[in-house]
Amino acid sequence: MAAQSRSFLQVAATEEVAPPLRVVQIEGLVILKIIKHCQEFSPALVTGQLLGLDVGSVLEVTNCFPFPIREEDEEIEAEGANYQLEMMRCLREVNVDNNTVGWYQSTLFGSFQTVELIETFMNYQENIRRCVCIVYDPSRSNQGVLALKALKLSDSFMDLYKNNNFTGEKLRDKNLSWVDIFEEIPIKVSNSALISAFMTELETDTPVRQCDYDRLQLSTNPFLERNMEFLIECMDDLSMEQQKFQFYYRNLSRQQAQQQAWLQKRRTENMSRKAAGEEPLPEEDPSNPIFKPLPEPSRLESFLVTNQVSNYCNQINGVAGQSFSRLYLMKALHED
Amino acid sequence: MASSGQTVLQFSSSSTSVSARVHPLVIFNICDFYVRRADQAERVIGTLLGSVLPDGTVDIRNSYAVPHNESSDQVALDIDYHHNMLLSHQKVNPKEVIVGWFSTGFGVTGGSALIHEFYAREVSNPVHLTVDTGFKNGEAAIKGFVSINLSLGDQQLAAQFQEIPLDLRMVEAERVGFDVLKPTTVDKIPNDLEGMEASMERLLALIDDVYKYVDDVVEGRVAPDNDIGQFLSDTVASIPKLSPHEFDKLVNDSLQDQLLLLYLSSITRTQLSLAEKLNTAAQIL
Repeated sequence: MAAQSRSFLQVAATEEVAPPLRVVQIEGLVILKIIKHCQEFSPALVTGQLLGLDVGSVLEVTNCFPFPIREEDEEIEAEGANYQLEMMRCLREVNVDNNTVGWYQSTLFGSFQTVELIETFMNYQENIRRCVCIVYDPSRSNQGVLALKALKLSDSFMDLYKNNNFTGEKLRDKNLSWVDIFEEIPIKVSNSALISAFMTELETDTPVRQCDYDRLQLSTNPFLERNMEFLIECMDDLSMEQQKFQFYYRNLSRQQAQQQAWLQKRRTENMSRKAAGEEPLPEEDPSNPIFKPLPEPSRLESFLVTNQVSNYCNQINGVAGQSFSRLYLMKALHED
Repeated sequence: MASSGQTVLQFSSSSTSVSARVHPLVIFNICDFYVRRADQAERVIGTLLGSVLPDGTVDIRNSYAVPHNESSDQVALDIDYHHNMLLSHQKVNPKEVIVGWFSTGFGVTGGSALIHEFYAREVSNPVHLTVDTGFKNGEAAIKGFVSINLSLGDQQLAAQFQEIPLDLRMVEAERVGFDVLKPTTVDKIPNDLEGMEASMERLLALIDDVYKYVDDVVEGRVAPDNDIGQFLSDTVASIPKLSPHEFDKLVNDSLQDQLLLLYLSSITRTQLSLAEKLNTAAQIL
């Protein structure tokens, strides 16, 4: 491809549309660090910063460092910024890539779609052209799945959010549904040759050590129970949002009926006035409160909640699938 | 005259039965720092963080590189950097303290003694880890050392680096991701079912091995080992004795529970798509 033979200066000079992000390439080191950090502080939620390079359609993440847990917000603001600067400076000295490309956070049972996430994204997007958020779920890893996801806000959603406008028509215009808020990007893992040589050496030959028994455990009930609990809570939230909409629509239709009635009255009045030879009154009266446009409630919350619900459903599906295999395995084992 | 005529060169016995446990993250870190080192540096030196467990084992959990300058007769370490990084790391995890230091390269060199002394001032009995990135002897050697004092009578002669046993441990979650960490590139992270498949294959391989072993013993090809035999019979006996009827009932109950959950989640998803259509398709005019 011609793009690869251009020098860095050329690329920096031409302000062209960046190719869409297709793959996030993470180093094994970063994965281990994220796992370790999230696991240590589980069930508290922790965050950290991702460092790396932005190359074409691949976002390479080569290192990361954790953020300390904030206790009170106000005074630690400055400290937090200091910590970040300090870490980046120190890492620069040992030749680590100094570029922030995003952040990672841990989550509990996949409940990460919140407004704060969107706001953090917007904050990051102001400074960096492309950033990604990596979400790691330590509770699912206890089930034996490496639950790592790379997320990005979709562009159309970002435009909408900037205008803070989530009415029905706007959404229909852009053909945006709740699926389109977050885009999941596939993750590729890369390791330097040295590390892979080491790991291959150090790996024990017998399968005894290697067998990851936790994945074959039969008891998934606690996990599923909590998942269902969260799901039920989310459904409650969703139904609340639905009620808000119903309320709004009812008000709107009532207001429209009122407007019609008022208009009719005005018209008859005008007719009588014309018959009496006086000036007709205007057909609109902006000071009348029934003409005040009702604000349509934002659909953002309901979208987010919907996203979460779908996430839980997916998780349940996954775990149930695993359990099936395990149960059949047990059955086969017992038949002898 | 009774005098301390014969002074004996005393090696303090390895009563310091210290052993160290290394998390693979540390190895990854060290390799990464080595790959990124400045061109003229031959090796990388850095600090090891971790904790000391109550039974004396040193648990090495994290590490960071420290810039240093090394020439034939002196070693200069950037101490400020070291302290800064330490403070930063401790903000995140106050339980991690310095437990030693690492260097890449095979064996222990003269300069290492000086560095070790420096670290000995920070923490009592630091552990020195060498990671052989040059693959001398054709294998990856990771060794740990502690320094033992050689004393002649009352005078201290030298410090000897004595090797201690190392243990490479992996947390369960890390082991799950281990397949992902081994090769140079992996195209995607395996999802639930694929991981399941991999686990089951390993279990199958394990059972095959055991089977082969038992066969060999029975045919007299391999000398029987009582311990292993005992272990195997224990394992087989630990399958709970349930009548087939009870067992079937158990399995079916679990299956039904799972199916119920699947059904519920499918209903929820249908509900979601319906609600979404209603919400955005409704037009007021």
